[in-house]
Amino acid sequence: MPQIFHHSTNALAKTTIFGAIFILVAALWVAAEISRSSWNTGQWVEIQQPVQFSHKHHTGDDGIDCRYCHTSVETAASAGIPSTSVCMNCHKQIWADSPYLQPVRASFSTGKPLEWTRVHDLPDYVYFNHSIHVNKGVGCSTCHGRVDQMPVVYQASSLQMEWCLGCHRAPEKFVRPQDKIFDMEWRQENKTTAEIKDGKSLVNTNHIQPAKVLTSCSTCHR
Amino acid sequence: MQDQPKAKPFRSSSFFKDGLSSRQPVEGTIARGWLREDKELYTGKKTTTSPSAAAPLTSAIAPTGPTATTPNANASPSQVAAAYPDDVEKFPFPITEEILNRGQERFQIYCSVCHGMTGQGDGMIVRRGFRKPPSYHEQRLREAPVGHFFDVVSNGWGAMPSYASQVPVRDRWAIIGYIRALQLSQAGAQPATQTSGDRK
Repeated sequence: MPQIFHHSTNALAKTTIFGAIFILVAALWVAAEISRSSWNTGQWVEIQQPVQFSHKHHTGDDGIDCRYCHTSVETAASAGIPSTSVCMNCHKQIWADSPYLQPVRASFSTGKPLEWTRVHDLPDYVYFNHSIHVNKGVGCSTCHGRVDQMPVVYQASSLQMEWCLGCHRAPEKFVRPQDKIFDMEWRQENKTTAEIKDGKSLVNTNHIQPAKVLTSCSTCHR
Repeated sequence: MQDQPKAKPFRSSSFFKDGLSSRQPVEGTIARGWLREDKELYTGKKTTTSPSAAAPLTSAIAPTGPTATTPNANASPSQVAAAYPDDVEKFPFPITEEILNRGQERFQIYCSVCHGMTGQGDGMIVRRGFRKPPSYHEQRLREAPVGHFFDVVSNGWGAMPSYASQVPVRDRWAIIGYIRALQLSQAGAQPATQTSGDRK
């Protein structure tokens, strides 16, 4: 009986075995890259709003503190979106006729809230509380980036679970002194070794739970 | 699972006619612990009004911003106090260093935008065109009782809106404590309007 396959087809067989493994790994790698990409996470994507509100102008140029508008950030789960009357504190006199502010004036006169588009949308199966983070030493810019330089706000972090865990596993790398929480210029990357040591002591003074508790499922999925 | 049909803060609702998922309590509802019986703490007004309170406000103080304040620059303390007969003169709780620090922080968040870091009325929003508030260091405000400041923060005054929704009651008193500290810190200096030229 003559051979059906020529001797050279052995090479093909070997290639397909190697290829199957290679293609599988490549496919997994591509899938992982896609799931981390901003196409999936929404990171870096500027979100247009019903009013052309610029955080850069209000906090960067005018120096208004985050908490002037986001009043509940230190006391509640939600940082708080200001009511239209807070806008009107200043804008009843400043830029009072500007067409940009027409939706704000309409909202103020009708009592119908402005419908802002959410930028940071965590999945509904995640519990997140602003106040605990702010009070334990996590600053605004650690998660939100340089909002004071954003004319249009975008999501500066991936908000994926591995990103959350990066800090929950090693909070000493990210926590900062209590008087720097709202300081937009404070940068974790600029921390010196001494400051990381300082971070370790902050973890103690702020009574931050050990990583075992912080990475427990029910800490965030409750 | 990512988006569950439940009410979360600031989420809209298709169920209620007004589109809000956060419902307003029935009118007249008082949440537990919010009865606010302590009038002096929550309004800055005296519990027992003095007989002079019934008398109509003299022309000494009209409730309209800076223009009305000018004639009072040289008013005597008794005149100024008489202008605020209902307002408490003492803080409803002791002002400790901790509270003063809290007051400083809150002042710099909510007040300094217009009143400026030292209370001269030269904040960034004023520089952008908002009506200039009176300086805390003019005689009328140095002598005004603390209850007056509480009333202004809570209910607004002239161009200033109410800050009741942004600043909780105890923080308002802490801020007033800090305003008093600012006034003391500047007390040796001449009134701001006269020194602005020869500061250097």
